[in-house]
Amino acid sequence: MLRFLAARLLATIPVLLVVAVFVFLLLRLTPGDPAAVIAGDNATGEQIEQIRESLGLNEPLITQFGIWIGNVLRGDLGESFFFRMSVTELIGQRLEPTLALALCTIVLAVAIAVPLGVLAAWRHGGWLDRALMGFSTLGFSIPVFVLGYLLIWLVSLELGWLPVQGYRRLSEGAGPFIRHLILPSLTLSVIYIALIARVTRASVSEALTEDYVRTARAKGLPEWRVLTRHALANAAVPIVTVIGIGLALLIGGVVVTESVYAIPGLGRLTVDAVLARDFPTIQGVILLFSVFYVLINLAIDLAYLALDPRIRY
Amino acid sequence: MDSAVTEPGAEHTIAGPAARPAVWTRLARNWSVRIGGAVLALLLLASGAAPLLGTIDPALIDPVNRDLLPGATGEVMLLTGESFPHTFWLGTDSYGRDIYSRVLYGGRVSLVVGVTVALLSLLFGILIGLAAGTIRWLDGVLMRVMDGLMAIPGILLAIALVALWRASIWTVIVAITIPEIPRVVRLVRSLVLSIREEPYVEAARSLGTPTAIMMVRHILPNTVAPLIVQGTYICASAILVEAILSFLGVGLPTDVPTWGNIMAEGRLQFQQYPHNVLFPGIFLALTVLAVNMLGDGLRDTLDPRFSKHGERP
Repeated sequence: MLRFLAARLLATIPVLLVVAVFVFLLLRLTPGDPAAVIAGDNATGEQIEQIRESLGLNEPLITQFGIWIGNVLRGDLGESFFFRMSVTELIGQRLEPTLALALCTIVLAVAIAVPLGVLAAWRHGGWLDRALMGFSTLGFSIPVFVLGYLLIWLVSLELGWLPVQGYRRLSEGAGPFIRHLILPSLTLSVIYIALIARVTRASVSEALTEDYVRTARAKGLPEWRVLTRHALANAAVPIVTVIGIGLALLIGGVVVTESVYAIPGLGRLTVDAVLARDFPTIQGVILLFSVFYVLINLAIDLAYLALDPRIRY
Repeated sequence: MDSAVTEPGAEHTIAGPAARPAVWTRLARNWSVRIGGAVLALLLLASGAAPLLGTIDPALIDPVNRDLLPGATGEVMLLTGESFPHTFWLGTDSYGRDIYSRVLYGGRVSLVVGVTVALLSLLFGILIGLAAGTIRWLDGVLMRVMDGLMAIPGILLAIALVALWRASIWTVIVAITIPEIPRVVRLVRSLVLSIREEPYVEAARSLGTPTAIMMVRHILPNTVAPLIVQGTYICASAILVEAILSFLGVGLPTDVPTWGNIMAEGRLQFQQYPHNVLFPGIFLALTVLAVNMLGDGLRDTLDPRFSKHGERP
């Protein structure tokens, strides 16, 4: 058990290292002088020279990587030349909206997708099943921003039920906070619902063919208990896995959703940074999202132990 | 698999099962293939034959015809001074450009990007995947690099790459291709590893077939069906990502009519003129849906691994 834990933790190190190398090289392998790229289009020669000095750009590439990774490990992601503050601080400011949006989306998606998937598997081949499969192909196809604008148009403009765009911090009151989060989360959750519902359906319908389900039915358990205690519990591993894999989709979706709904989070920050060619910020955000993705999937691997007592490492 | 397999140095020919006609019939009977294929063919035809379908220059700026509603008629004035009456089926944007013409021409960009990205990621994915699956000492290194690349959310990586290179059609294509490659590599590698254990490969090996010939003749043909399916999904995802890049303002230059660009311009006036966002959005969603349906149909008919459950990997 402890050995597995140690091995699994160690296995994330090469992945994180590769991510770090990619993010580092992103800037160093640009055509042109990275210092000039970082400084932006209106920089003076003196500023460029200063940046070159501070990043150690006159050193060999491997030394540069050493300096950079050392700084990153100490929590120093560099200085944003566009926003005029440290990238770490900048990310800290933008974290809340993104976390709120992502959490809200995951909760919403799981709450909708898992019951739907179970019901579809229960009535395999029935109308709900076919409708769900049709919906999920549609969900994979409709772009997040198209859906976002459709919802804004319908719910906010035509019906006037919810605010059009924007974000309210939780400290400004729970009511406005939630009202501003409903549409963005709904928009973002559709592709996630499509993904999770499909896997839930497949996994539960496989579990439903097992002998223990027949036994459970034979001993007279109510059907909902068979579905939850026996079928769903045994189908949990693939479902949790896909929730983790789908995070990559979610992170991509966050960038777009925040732009559509004018939410000042990390996604919006990424786009602003790209438009301003603010590379330290781009690198910082990508690094953060990737590390987050790797760590969540690590957590999910560990969660298998709790979900499936048959898995013993 | 091809109908006949010939060994070098051996006179005999082994006739394969007559699978080809059956595949075509199965494909033609599949409703997903029929609908997806038909919609896609229509879109290809419409964007390919755009000049013949009553369109005008999609980049023609015409202040007189600004912000027309769908179906409005007006006089189009060319730069040469010629003028003629024109019906703006889908209205105009705030520069007076014809949305109908822009949407049809925009389809060209989407389809070209989708198909090119799919072909390129398959090409590089197959090369790297074959290397990883057959050359043992390379396997570990290659797969760790792919793991790392996969940990970086695809859209973020594409955004960052485009930002580095400044957008043109080629940089956009390459930027979308790079995050797609690891998925193909994983698929090819896992296929190679399982095919390598098949009796016919063992037989070929015992006959002394060189590795290169074995790869081309015995392993590669058996990866074709899953790769066609994967390629279709990549095409759909590439069309989406290109539109997202354009929409966020980091993709192709704004004077190129792409669905994302049309929507990005339309969003500024979304509250008064929602059609500028909704029409290209509908075309985009429809295209991606058609490609995904085609992929689902191909998967169900071609890929034996999915014939039972019909689930996406």
